[in-house]
Amino acid sequence: MSLDLSLDMQRDDFALQMDIRLPEQGVSAFYGPSGCGKTSVLRVIAGLDRAAKNQVHFQSAAWQHGDTFVPAHQRGALLVSQHSDLFPHLSVHGNLQFAAARAPRSSTRFALNEVVSHLGLAPLLDRSVSKLSGGERQRVAIARALCGVPDLLLMDEPLAALDSVAKQSLLPYLEQLSRHFDVPIIYVTHSLDEIAQLADYLVVMSRGAVAYHGPTAEMLTRLDAPLAQAESAESVVPAQVVAHDAEYGLSYLDSPMGRVSLVQRPLPLGAEVRLRIAARDVSITLEPQTGSSILNVFPAVVDSMMRLSPALTLVRVLAGEKPATAVPVVARITSLSANRLALKPSKSVFIQAKSVALF
Amino acid sequence: MLSDSDITALILTLKLAAISTLILMIIGLPLAWWLARTQWRGRFLIEALVALPLVLPPTVLGFYLLIAFSPNAWLGSWYQQLTGSQLAFSFSGLVVGSVLYSLPFVVQPLQTAFSAIKSDLLDAAATLRASPTDRFFSLVLPMARPGLIAAMVLGFAHTLGEFGVVLMIGGNLPGETQVASVAMYEHVDTLQFGNAHALAGALLILSFVLLAGVYATHKRYSVLRW
Repeated sequence: MSLDLSLDMQRDDFALQMDIRLPEQGVSAFYGPSGCGKTSVLRVIAGLDRAAKNQVHFQSAAWQHGDTFVPAHQRGALLVSQHSDLFPHLSVHGNLQFAAARAPRSSTRFALNEVVSHLGLAPLLDRSVSKLSGGERQRVAIARALCGVPDLLLMDEPLAALDSVAKQSLLPYLEQLSRHFDVPIIYVTHSLDEIAQLADYLVVMSRGAVAYHGPTAEMLTRLDAPLAQAESAESVVPAQVVAHDAEYGLSYLDSPMGRVSLVQRPLPLGAEVRLRIAARDVSITLEPQTGSSILNVFPAVVDSMMRLSPALTLVRVLAGEKPATAVPVVARITSLSANRLALKPSKSVFIQAKSVALF
Repeated sequence: MLSDSDITALILTLKLAAISTLILMIIGLPLAWWLARTQWRGRFLIEALVALPLVLPPTVLGFYLLIAFSPNAWLGSWYQQLTGSQLAFSFSGLVVGSVLYSLPFVVQPLQTAFSAIKSDLLDAAATLRASPTDRFFSLVLPMARPGLIAAMVLGFAHTLGEFGVVLMIGGNLPGETQVASVAMYEHVDTLQFGNAHALAGALLILSFVLLAGVYATHKRYSVLRW
Protein backbone atom coordinates (compact mmCIF):
# COMPACT_ATOMS: atom_id res chain seq x y z
CA MET A 1 0.00 0.00 0.00
CA SER A 2 1.21 3.48 -0.75
CA LEU A 3 -0.65 6.78 -0.90
CA ASP A 4 -4.43 6.37 -0.83
CA LEU A 5 -6.61 9.40 -1.29
CA SER A 6 -10.34 9.55 -0.86
CA LEU A 7 -11.34 13.18 -1.12
CA ASP A 8 -14.72 14.81 -0.83
CA MET A 9 -14.55 18.50 -0.15
CA GLN A 10 -16.16 21.71 -1.36
CA ARG A 11 -13.90 24.33 -2.95
CA ASP A 12 -15.10 27.83 -3.74
CA ASP A 13 -16.73 26.97 -7.04
CA PHE A 14 -16.62 23.19 -7.37
CA ALA A 15 -16.47 19.97 -5.42
CA LEU A 16 -13.20 18.11 -5.16
CA GLN A 17 -13.94 14.41 -5.29
CA MET A 18 -11.62 11.51 -5.99
CA ASP A 19 -10.69 8.03 -4.94
CA ILE A 20 -7.23 7.09 -6.02
CA ARG A 21 -4.23 5.00 -5.05
CA LEU A 22 -0.83 6.26 -6.10
CA PRO A 23 2.24 4.06 -6.50
CA GLU A 24 4.78 4.14 -3.71
CA GLN A 25 7.77 4.88 -5.87
CA GLY A 26 8.74 7.36 -8.53
CA VAL A 27 7.05 10.54 -9.62
CA SER A 28 3.27 10.69 -9.60
CA ALA A 29 2.00 13.80 -11.36
CA PHE A 30 -1.30 15.60 -11.10
CA TYR A 31 -1.93 17.31 -14.40
CA GLY A 32 -4.70 19.70 -15.34
CA PRO A 33 -5.53 23.32 -16.14
CA SER A 34 -5.26 26.08 -13.53
CA GLY A 35 -8.06 25.94 -11.02
CA CYS A 36 -8.86 22.25 -11.48
CA GLY A 37 -8.00 21.55 -7.85
CA LYS A 38 -4.54 20.00 -8.16
CA THR A 39 -2.97 22.29 -5.58
CA SER A 40 -5.84 21.57 -3.19
CA VAL A 41 -5.04 17.87 -3.46
CA LEU A 42 -1.44 18.58 -2.56
CA ARG A 43 -2.42 20.68 0.44
CA VAL A 44 -4.68 17.91 1.68
CA ILE A 45 -1.83 15.41 1.39
CA ALA A 46 0.49 17.81 3.24
CA GLY A 47 -2.01 18.27 6.05
CA LEU A 48 -2.37 22.01 5.39
CA ASP A 49 -6.05 21.79 4.45
CA ARG A 50 -8.64 19.72 6.14
CA ALA A 51 -12.17 18.64 5.31
CA ALA A 52 -14.20 16.25 7.42
CA LYS A 53 -14.87 13.60 4.78
CA ASN A 54 -11.34 13.33 3.38
CA GLN A 55 -9.28 10.22 3.92
CA VAL A 56 -5.53 10.08 3.43
CA HIS A 57 -3.41 7.01 4.08
CA PHE A 58 0.32 6.89 3.52
CA GLN A 59 2.04 3.52 3.75
CA SER A 60 0.85 2.08 7.05
CA ALA A 61 -0.17 5.42 8.58
CA ALA A 62 -3.65 6.98 8.57
CA TRP A 63 -2.92 10.66 8.02
CA GLN A 64 -6.57 11.50 7.95
CA HIS A 65 -9.42 9.15 8.64
CA GLY A 66 -12.56 9.99 10.58
CA ASP A 67 -11.46 11.85 13.69
CA THR A 68 -7.81 11.12 13.07
CA PHE A 69 -5.92 14.05 11.64
CA VAL A 70 -2.13 14.03 11.73
CA PRO A 71 -0.98 17.68 11.61
CA ALA A 72 1.39 18.75 8.83
CA HIS A 73 4.46 18.87 11.04
CA GLN A 74 4.12 15.21 11.98
CA ARG A 75 3.58 13.79 8.48
CA GLY A 76 6.96 13.86 6.81
CA ALA A 77 5.39 15.06 3.55
CA LEU A 78 7.65 17.97 2.63
CA LEU A 79 6.42 20.70 0.32
CA VAL A 80 8.28 22.60 -2.40
CA SER A 81 6.02 25.30 -3.80
CA GLN A 82 6.05 27.45 -6.89
CA HIS A 83 7.37 30.44 -4.96
CA SER A 84 10.03 28.46 -3.09
CA ASP A 85 9.08 30.06 0.26
CA LEU A 86 12.60 30.39 1.60
CA PHE A 87 12.91 31.89 5.07
CA PRO A 88 14.11 35.46 4.45
CA HIS A 89 15.85 35.92 7.79
CA LEU A 90 18.14 32.93 7.23
CA SER A 91 20.99 32.39 4.77
CA VAL A 92 20.92 29.55 2.26
CA HIS A 93 22.78 27.39 4.76
CA GLY A 94 20.42 28.52 7.51
CA ASN A 95 17.45 27.40 5.46
CA LEU A 96 18.97 23.97 4.87
CA GLN A 97 19.98 23.72 8.52
CA PHE A 98 16.42 24.60 9.59
CA ALA A 99 15.18 21.51 7.79
CA ALA A 100 18.06 19.24 8.81
CA ALA A 101 17.68 20.15 12.49
CA ARG A 102 14.05 19.00 12.44
CA ALA A 103 14.58 15.75 10.58
CA PRO A 104 13.31 12.80 12.61
CA ARG A 105 16.42 10.71 12.01
CA SER A 106 19.88 11.26 10.62
CA SER A 107 20.29 9.87 7.16
CA THR A 108 23.43 9.51 5.07
CA ARG A 109 21.28 9.67 1.94
CA PHE A 110 19.83 13.06 2.89
CA ALA A 111 22.90 14.42 4.70
CA LEU A 112 23.25 18.16 4.22
CA ASN A 113 26.65 17.91 2.52
CA GLU A 114 25.37 15.20 0.23
CA VAL A 115 22.36 17.26 -0.82
CA VAL A 116 24.44 20.42 -1.26
CA SER A 117 26.90 18.72 -3.56
CA HIS A 118 24.23 16.89 -5.51
CA LEU A 119 22.37 20.13 -6.24
CA GLY A 120 25.55 22.15 -6.76
CA LEU A 121 24.77 24.61 -3.98
CA ALA A 122 28.21 24.85 -2.36
CA PRO A 123 28.97 28.32 -3.83
CA LEU A 124 25.64 29.68 -2.58
CA LEU A 125 25.69 28.50 1.03
CA ASP A 126 26.59 31.82 2.66
CA ARG A 127 24.37 33.85 0.35
CA SER A 128 21.31 35.71 1.65
CA VAL A 129 18.21 34.22 0.07
CA SER A 130 17.22 37.65 -1.26
CA LYS A 131 20.32 37.56 -3.49
CA LEU A 132 19.37 34.38 -5.36
CA SER A 133 17.98 34.09 -8.88
CA GLY A 134 14.65 32.36 -9.42
CA GLY A 135 16.29 29.11 -10.47
CA GLU A 136 18.70 29.19 -7.54
CA ARG A 137 15.88 29.83 -5.09
CA GLN A 138 14.03 26.81 -6.37
CA ARG A 139 17.15 24.63 -6.15
CA VAL A 140 17.61 25.76 -2.54
CA ALA A 141 13.94 25.02 -1.80
CA ILE A 142 14.34 21.50 -3.18
CA ALA A 143 17.56 21.02 -1.22
CA ARG A 144 15.85 22.25 1.92
CA ALA A 145 13.08 19.69 1.56
CA LEU A 146 15.66 16.95 0.99
CA CYS A 147 17.66 17.97 4.07
CA GLY A 148 14.46 17.48 6.06
CA VAL A 149 14.58 13.73 5.25
CA PRO A 150 11.23 13.46 3.46
CA ASP A 151 9.13 10.32 3.43
CA LEU A 152 7.21 11.93 0.60
CA LEU A 153 8.13 14.98 -1.46
CA LEU A 154 5.32 17.28 -2.61
CA MET A 155 6.12 19.63 -5.49
CA ASP A 156 3.61 22.30 -6.47
CA GLU A 157 4.49 23.62 -9.94
CA PRO A 158 8.14 24.06 -8.98
CA LEU A 159 9.07 25.34 -12.45
CA ALA A 160 6.03 27.49 -13.20
CA ALA A 161 7.50 30.77 -11.99
CA LEU A 162 10.80 30.33 -13.84
CA ASP A 163 11.92 31.54 -17.26
CA SER A 164 12.74 28.88 -19.84
CA VAL A 165 16.51 29.03 -19.29
CA ALA A 166 16.11 28.47 -15.55
CA LYS A 167 13.61 25.70 -16.28
CA GLN A 168 16.03 23.89 -18.53
CA SER A 169 18.78 24.15 -15.94
CA LEU A 170 16.57 22.77 -13.18
CA LEU A 171 14.92 19.93 -15.09
CA PRO A 172 17.93 17.59 -15.04
CA TYR A 173 17.97 17.79 -11.24
CA LEU A 174 14.28 17.00 -10.99
CA GLU A 175 14.57 14.16 -13.45
CA GLN A 176 16.83 12.05 -11.26
CA LEU A 177 15.63 13.28 -7.87
CA SER A 178 13.19 10.51 -7.06
CA ARG A 179 15.55 7.75 -8.13
CA HIS A 180 18.73 9.24 -6.70
CA PHE A 181 17.27 9.92 -3.27
CA ASP A 182 14.80 7.03 -3.35
CA VAL A 183 11.89 9.22 -2.34
CA PRO A 184 8.38 9.18 -3.83
CA ILE A 185 7.32 12.50 -5.34
CA ILE A 186 3.87 13.94 -5.91
CA TYR A 187 4.27 16.53 -8.64
CA VAL A 188 1.63 19.07 -9.60
CA THR A 189 1.91 20.79 -12.98
CA HIS A 190 -0.02 22.18 -15.93
CA SER A 191 2.90 21.61 -18.29
CA LEU A 192 2.81 18.63 -20.61
CA ASP A 193 6.57 18.95 -21.15
CA GLU A 194 7.20 18.37 -17.46
CA ILE A 195 4.83 15.41 -17.45
CA ALA A 196 6.57 13.79 -20.39
CA GLN A 197 9.96 14.35 -18.85
CA LEU A 198 9.35 13.61 -15.19
CA ALA A 199 6.19 11.69 -14.46
CA ASP A 200 6.12 7.92 -14.00
CA TYR A 201 2.46 7.89 -13.09
CA LEU A 202 -0.05 10.40 -14.41
CA VAL A 203 -3.30 11.62 -12.91
CA VAL A 204 -5.24 13.87 -15.27
CA MET A 205 -7.64 16.14 -13.42
CA SER A 206 -10.57 18.16 -14.60
CA ARG A 207 -12.71 20.38 -12.41
CA GLY A 208 -12.04 18.68 -9.12
CA ALA A 209 -12.21 15.10 -10.35
CA VAL A 210 -9.85 12.53 -11.84
CA ALA A 211 -10.45 12.24 -15.58
CA TYR A 212 -8.14 9.22 -15.93
CA HIS A 213 -4.92 7.93 -14.42
CA GLY A 214 -2.23 5.32 -15.00
CA PRO A 215 1.43 4.91 -15.99
CA THR A 216 2.55 7.95 -18.01
CA ALA A 217 3.53 6.04 -21.15
CA GLU A 218 0.07 4.43 -21.21
CA MET A 219 -1.82 7.64 -20.51
CA LEU A 220 0.03 9.67 -23.15
CA THR A 221 -0.93 7.10 -25.77
CA ARG A 222 -4.58 6.62 -24.89
CA LEU A 223 -6.30 7.40 -28.16
CA ASP A 224 -9.60 8.32 -26.53
CA ALA A 225 -7.96 11.00 -24.40
CA PRO A 226 -7.10 14.62 -25.31
CA LEU A 227 -3.37 14.14 -24.66
CA ALA A 228 -2.91 11.72 -27.56
CA GLN A 229 -5.28 13.65 -29.80
CA ALA A 230 -3.42 16.95 -29.47
CA GLU A 231 -1.32 18.19 -32.39
CA SER A 232 1.71 18.09 -30.06
CA ALA A 233 1.02 14.54 -28.84
CA GLU A 234 4.07 12.45 -28.11
CA SER A 235 5.02 9.06 -26.75
CA VAL A 236 7.57 8.51 -24.03
CA VAL A 237 10.00 5.57 -24.05
CA PRO A 238 12.68 4.79 -21.46
CA ALA A 239 16.19 4.15 -22.77
CA GLN A 240 19.75 3.67 -21.63
CA VAL A 241 22.92 4.99 -23.25
CA VAL A 242 25.05 2.00 -24.36
CA ALA A 243 27.64 3.41 -26.77
CA HIS A 244 28.96 6.51 -28.47
CA ASP A 245 30.14 6.46 -32.07
CA ALA A 246 32.77 9.14 -32.50
CA GLU A 247 33.17 8.55 -36.25
CA TYR A 248 29.57 9.42 -37.07
CA GLY A 249 28.89 11.50 -33.97
CA LEU A 250 26.07 9.31 -32.79
CA SER A 251 24.93 7.96 -29.44
CA TYR A 252 23.32 4.54 -29.26
CA LEU A 253 20.67 3.73 -26.71
CA ASP A 254 18.90 0.55 -25.78
CA SER A 255 15.15 0.82 -25.44
CA PRO A 256 12.29 -1.69 -25.31
CA MET A 257 11.64 -0.78 -28.98
CA GLY A 258 15.17 -1.75 -29.99
CA ARG A 259 18.45 0.09 -30.62
CA VAL A 260 17.98 3.85 -31.01
CA SER A 261 20.48 6.13 -32.72
CA LEU A 262 20.72 9.80 -31.87
CA VAL A 263 23.04 12.68 -32.62
CA GLN A 264 25.73 12.33 -29.96
CA ARG A 265 24.96 13.69 -26.50
CA PRO A 266 27.38 14.28 -23.62
CA LEU A 267 25.87 11.50 -21.54
CA PRO A 268 27.79 8.84 -19.62
CA LEU A 269 27.40 5.23 -20.66
CA GLY A 270 24.63 3.63 -18.63
CA ALA A 271 22.72 6.90 -18.21
CA GLU A 272 18.99 6.33 -18.10
CA VAL A 273 17.00 8.79 -20.15
CA ARG A 274 13.60 9.29 -21.66
CA LEU A 275 12.97 9.45 -25.37
CA ARG A 276 10.14 11.59 -26.66
CA ILE A 277 8.69 10.68 -29.99
CA ALA A 278 6.22 13.11 -31.54
CA ALA A 279 3.20 11.33 -33.00
CA ARG A 280 3.43 13.37 -36.22
CA ASP A 281 7.04 12.23 -36.75
CA VAL A 282 6.16 8.54 -36.70
CA SER A 283 5.42 6.79 -39.99
CA ILE A 284 4.29 3.22 -40.54
CA THR A 285 5.53 0.72 -43.13
CA LEU A 286 4.68 -2.89 -43.77
CA GLU A 287 8.30 -3.89 -44.56
CA PRO A 288 11.50 -2.69 -42.88
CA GLN A 289 12.72 0.02 -45.25
CA THR A 290 16.37 -0.44 -46.11
CA GLY A 291 16.59 2.27 -48.71
CA SER A 292 15.76 5.03 -46.29
CA SER A 293 17.74 7.73 -44.51
CA ILE A 294 15.78 7.11 -41.34
CA LEU A 295 17.87 5.24 -38.76
CA ASN A 296 15.27 4.45 -36.17
CA VAL A 297 13.04 1.69 -37.43
CA PHE A 298 11.36 -0.73 -35.05
CA PRO A 299 9.06 -3.72 -35.37
CA ALA A 300 5.62 -3.15 -33.89
CA VAL A 301 2.11 -4.51 -33.67
CA VAL A 302 -0.95 -2.32 -34.19
CA ASP A 303 -2.84 -2.07 -30.92
CA SER A 304 -5.73 0.26 -31.65
CA MET A 305 -6.75 2.98 -34.11
CA MET A 306 -8.91 6.04 -34.07
CA ARG A 307 -10.03 8.26 -36.91
CA LEU A 308 -9.44 11.76 -35.61
CA SER A 309 -10.88 13.58 -38.62
CA PRO A 310 -11.66 12.57 -42.19
CA ALA A 311 -8.01 13.22 -43.04
CA LEU A 312 -6.17 12.00 -39.95
CA THR A 313 -5.97 8.71 -38.12
CA LEU A 314 -4.20 7.92 -34.87
CA VAL A 315 -2.56 4.51 -34.67
CA ARG A 316 -1.34 3.15 -31.38
CA VAL A 317 1.27 0.41 -31.79
CA LEU A 318 3.22 -1.69 -29.33
CA ALA A 319 6.82 -1.29 -30.46
CA GLY A 320 9.56 -3.86 -29.79
CA GLU A 321 10.80 -7.30 -30.75
CA LYS A 322 9.37 -8.99 -27.70
CA PRO A 323 5.65 -8.58 -27.00
CA ALA A 324 6.26 -8.78 -23.25
CA THR A 325 8.39 -5.64 -23.16
CA ALA A 326 6.89 -3.76 -26.10
CA VAL A 327 6.00 -0.12 -25.40
CA PRO A 328 3.10 1.99 -26.68
CA VAL A 329 3.84 4.55 -29.38
CA VAL A 330 1.32 6.72 -31.20
CA ALA A 331 1.58 7.52 -34.89
CA ARG A 332 -0.43 10.31 -36.48
CA ILE A 333 -0.90 9.41 -40.12
CA THR A 334 -3.33 10.19 -42.92
CA SER A 335 -6.49 8.14 -43.06
CA LEU A 336 -5.67 7.41 -46.69
CA SER A 337 -2.36 5.75 -45.72
CA ALA A 338 -4.06 3.78 -42.98
CA ASN A 339 -6.47 2.48 -45.56
CA ARG A 340 -3.81 1.67 -48.18
CA LEU A 341 -1.77 -0.26 -45.62
CA ALA A 342 -4.97 -1.99 -44.46
CA LEU A 343 -3.98 -1.31 -40.87
CA LYS A 344 -6.00 -3.08 -38.24
CA PRO A 345 -5.39 -4.17 -34.65
CA SER A 346 -2.80 -6.97 -34.18
CA LYS A 347 -1.30 -6.41 -37.66
CA SER A 348 2.51 -6.53 -37.64
CA VAL A 349 4.17 -3.39 -39.00
CA PHE A 350 7.34 -1.30 -38.71
CA ILE A 351 7.45 2.18 -37.35
CA GLN A 352 9.96 4.79 -38.43
CA ALA A 353 10.70 7.69 -36.15
CA LYS A 354 11.93 10.61 -38.19
CA SER A 355 13.14 12.37 -35.07
CA VAL A 356 13.60 11.21 -31.53
CA ALA A 357 14.06 13.83 -28.84
CA LEU A 358 15.93 13.26 -25.69
CA PHE A 359 15.80 15.03 -22.39
CA MET B 1 18.73 70.73 38.40
CA LEU B 2 16.90 67.56 39.36
CA SER B 3 16.09 67.31 43.04
CA ASP B 4 16.31 64.03 44.95
CA SER B 5 12.54 63.60 44.84
CA ASP B 6 12.58 64.28 41.11
CA ILE B 7 15.20 61.58 40.63
CA THR B 8 13.09 59.20 42.71
CA ALA B 9 10.13 60.05 40.47
CA LEU B 10 12.17 59.45 37.33
CA ILE B 11 13.45 56.09 38.57
CA LEU B 12 9.92 55.08 39.54
CA THR B 13 8.75 56.08 36.07
CA LEU B 14 11.44 53.99 34.41
CA LYS B 15 10.64 51.04 36.66
CA LEU B 16 6.94 51.35 35.85
CA ALA B 17 7.68 51.56 32.14
CA ALA B 18 10.01 48.55 32.23
CA ILE B 19 7.62 46.29 34.15
CA SER B 20 4.63 47.42 32.09
CA THR B 21 6.50 46.79 28.85
CA LEU B 22 7.43 43.29 29.97
CA ILE B 23 3.81 42.47 30.83
CA LEU B 24 2.60 44.17 27.65
CA MET B 25 4.83 41.93 25.54
CA ILE B 26 3.65 38.82 27.36
CA ILE B 27 0.01 39.76 26.72
CA GLY B 28 0.53 41.54 23.41
CA LEU B 29 2.45 38.81 21.53
CA PRO B 30 -0.23 36.11 21.66
CA LEU B 31 -3.04 38.65 21.33
CA ALA B 32 -1.49 40.30 18.26
CA TRP B 33 -0.68 36.90 16.74
CA TRP B 34 -4.24 35.78 17.23
CA LEU B 35 -5.63 39.02 15.77
CA ALA B 36 -3.30 38.74 12.76
CA ARG B 37 -4.30 35.14 11.97
CA THR B 38 -7.86 34.59 13.11
CA GLN B 39 -10.68 34.24 10.61
CA TRP B 40 -13.23 34.94 13.32
CA ARG B 41 -15.84 37.47 12.21
CA GLY B 42 -16.00 39.19 15.58
CA ARG B 43 -12.34 40.11 15.39
CA PHE B 44 -13.16 43.78 14.84
CA LEU B 45 -14.76 43.96 18.29
CA ILE B 46 -11.52 42.91 19.98
CA GLU B 47 -9.55 45.28 17.77
CA ALA B 48 -11.82 48.17 18.73
CA LEU B 49 -11.54 47.24 22.39
CA VAL B 50 -7.74 47.17 22.24
CA ALA B 51 -7.67 50.51 20.40
CA LEU B 52 -9.99 52.26 22.88
CA PRO B 53 -7.19 53.88 24.94
CA LEU B 54 -6.06 55.66 21.76
CA VAL B 55 -9.19 57.81 21.75
CA LEU B 56 -10.56 57.57 25.29
CA PRO B 57 -9.63 60.42 27.69
CA PRO B 58 -7.16 58.82 30.12
CA THR B 59 -9.27 60.10 32.98
CA VAL B 60 -12.20 57.95 31.80
CA LEU B 61 -10.05 54.83 31.84
CA GLY B 62 -8.63 55.90 35.20
CA PHE B 63 -12.11 56.48 36.61
CA TYR B 64 -13.30 52.98 35.73
CA LEU B 65 -10.08 51.46 37.03
CA LEU B 66 -10.46 53.35 40.29
CA ILE B 67 -13.90 51.83 40.72
CA ALA B 68 -12.63 48.35 39.81
CA PHE B 69 -9.76 48.73 42.29
CA SER B 70 -12.00 49.56 45.24
CA PRO B 71 -12.08 46.81 47.89
CA ASN B 72 -15.80 46.43 47.15
CA ALA B 73 -15.26 45.50 43.50
CA TRP B 74 -14.19 41.95 42.63
CA LEU B 75 -10.79 42.94 41.23
CA GLY B 76 -9.93 45.06 44.24
CA SER B 77 -11.16 42.55 46.81
CA TRP B 78 -9.47 39.67 45.03
CA TYR B 79 -6.18 41.56 45.04
CA GLN B 80 -6.58 42.48 48.67
CA GLN B 81 -7.22 38.87 49.66
CA LEU B 82 -4.21 37.77 47.67
CA THR B 83 -1.69 40.36 48.88
CA GLY B 84 -3.21 41.97 51.95
CA SER B 85 -2.85 45.47 50.51
CA GLN B 86 -5.15 47.49 48.34
CA LEU B 87 -4.71 47.98 44.63
CA ALA B 88 -5.75 51.62 44.35
CA PHE B 89 -2.97 54.14 45.03
CA SER B 90 -0.33 51.42 44.77
CA PHE B 91 2.48 50.77 42.32
CA SER B 92 0.79 47.53 41.23
CA GLY B 93 -2.32 49.51 40.43
CA LEU B 94 -0.23 51.78 38.22
CA VAL B 95 1.14 48.76 36.37
CA VAL B 96 -2.37 47.51 35.66
CA GLY B 97 -3.42 50.95 34.44
CA SER B 98 -0.32 51.38 32.28
CA VAL B 99 -0.74 47.98 30.67
CA LEU B 100 -4.30 48.74 29.63
CA TYR B 101 -3.44 52.28 28.60
CA SER B 102 -0.46 51.30 26.41
CA LEU B 103 -1.92 48.08 25.01
CA PRO B 104 -2.75 49.47 21.54
CA PHE B 105 0.75 50.88 21.19
CA VAL B 106 2.15 47.37 21.58
CA VAL B 107 -0.52 45.29 19.86
CA GLN B 108 -0.84 47.36 16.69
CA PRO B 109 2.79 47.30 15.53
CA LEU B 110 2.98 43.62 16.41
CA GLN B 111 -0.20 42.85 14.51
CA THR B 112 1.03 44.82 11.49
CA ALA B 113 4.32 42.91 11.52
CA PHE B 114 2.63 39.53 11.99
CA SER B 115 0.14 40.19 9.20
CA ALA B 116 3.00 40.86 6.80
CA ILE B 117 4.35 37.31 7.26
CA LYS B 118 3.20 35.17 4.34
CA SER B 119 1.27 32.11 5.42
CA ASP B 120 3.09 30.18 2.67
CA LEU B 121 6.30 30.44 4.68
CA LEU B 122 4.60 29.03 7.74
CA ASP B 123 3.04 26.26 5.65
CA ALA B 124 6.45 25.34 4.27
CA ALA B 125 7.85 25.29 7.80
CA ALA B 126 4.97 23.13 8.98
CA THR B 127 5.71 20.48 6.38
CA LEU B 128 9.38 20.72 7.42
CA ARG B 129 8.22 19.37 10.78
CA ALA B 130 8.18 22.64 12.72
CA SER B 131 5.38 22.57 15.30
CA PRO B 132 3.19 25.66 15.81
CA THR B 133 5.24 26.79 18.84
CA ASP B 134 8.46 26.11 16.96
CA ARG B 135 7.20 28.16 13.99
CA PHE B 136 6.31 31.05 16.28
CA PHE B 137 9.70 31.24 17.92
CA SER B 138 11.98 30.26 15.04
CA LEU B 139 10.18 32.11 12.23
CA VAL B 140 7.50 34.53 13.33
CA LEU B 141 9.45 36.36 16.03
CA PRO B 142 12.69 36.76 14.04
CA MET B 143 10.81 37.88 10.94
CA ALA B 144 8.71 40.34 12.97
CA ARG B 145 11.74 41.74 14.76
CA PRO B 146 11.33 45.36 13.59
CA GLY B 147 7.71 45.26 14.76
CA LEU B 148 8.80 43.72 18.04
CA ILE B 149 11.29 46.50 18.69
CA ALA B 150 8.79 49.16 17.69
CA ALA B 151 6.19 47.65 20.02
CA MET B 152 8.59 47.56 22.96
CA VAL B 153 9.81 51.11 22.46
CA LEU B 154 6.34 52.53 21.92
CA GLY B 155 4.96 50.68 24.94
CA PHE B 156 7.86 51.91 27.05
CA ALA B 157 7.79 55.50 25.80
CA HIS B 158 4.04 55.77 26.07
CA THR B 159 4.10 54.58 29.67
CA LEU B 160 6.75 57.22 30.41
CA GLY B 161 4.32 59.90 29.36
CA GLU B 162 1.31 58.58 31.22
CA PHE B 163 -0.48 61.22 33.30
CA GLY B 164 -4.25 61.13 33.46
CA VAL B 165 -4.61 57.49 34.44
CA VAL B 166 -1.92 57.80 37.11
CA LEU B 167 -3.56 60.85 38.56
CA MET B 168 -6.89 59.00 38.87
CA ILE B 169 -5.67 55.68 40.31
CA GLY B 170 -2.26 56.44 41.78
CA GLY B 171 -2.46 59.78 43.38
CA ASN B 172 0.84 61.40 44.15
CA LEU B 173 2.71 59.30 46.74
CA PRO B 174 6.48 59.88 46.45
CA GLY B 175 8.36 56.61 45.90
CA GLU B 176 5.14 54.66 45.35
CA THR B 177 2.99 56.35 42.74
CA GLN B 178 4.58 59.72 42.06
CA VAL B 179 5.82 59.35 38.50
CA ALA B 180 7.75 62.03 36.61
CA SER B 181 4.78 63.52 34.76
CA VAL B 182 2.82 63.94 37.98
CA ALA B 183 5.81 65.36 39.83
CA MET B 184 6.26 67.84 37.02
CA TYR B 185 2.63 68.87 37.19
CA GLU B 186 3.09 69.52 40.88
CA HIS B 187 6.13 71.71 40.20
CA VAL B 188 4.14 73.81 37.75
CA ASP B 189 1.22 73.96 40.15
CA THR B 190 3.50 75.34 42.85
CA LEU B 191 5.31 77.62 40.39
CA GLN B 192 8.65 75.78 40.67
CA PHE B 193 9.44 76.30 37.01
CA GLY B 194 13.14 75.44 37.36
CA ASN B 195 12.35 71.91 38.60
CA ALA B 196 9.59 71.55 36.01
CA HIS B 197 12.08 72.47 33.28
CA ALA B 198 14.55 69.85 34.46
CA LEU B 199 11.99 67.04 34.55
CA ALA B 200 10.31 68.06 31.30
CA GLY B 201 13.70 68.22 29.58
CA ALA B 202 14.66 64.80 30.93
CA LEU B 203 11.44 63.22 29.63
CA LEU B 204 11.72 65.00 26.29
CA ILE B 205 15.28 63.85 25.70
CA LEU B 206 14.57 60.30 26.86
CA SER B 207 11.54 59.94 24.57
CA PHE B 208 13.36 61.46 21.62
CA VAL B 209 16.39 59.21 22.04
CA LEU B 210 14.14 56.12 22.21
CA LEU B 211 12.21 57.00 19.07
CA ALA B 212 15.30 58.14 17.19
CA GLY B 213 16.86 54.78 18.01
CA VAL B 214 13.93 52.93 16.45
CA TYR B 215 13.85 55.05 13.32
CA ALA B 216 17.61 54.92 12.91
CA THR B 217 17.91 51.14 13.07
CA HIS B 218 14.73 50.29 11.20
CA LYS B 219 14.00 53.13 8.88
CA ARG B 220 13.39 50.81 5.96
CA TYR B 221 10.42 49.37 7.82
CA SER B 222 7.26 51.40 8.06
CA VAL B 223 6.00 49.77 11.24
CA LEU B 224 5.95 53.03 13.13
CA ARG B 225 3.96 54.88 10.51
CA TRP B 226 0.62 53.24 10.92
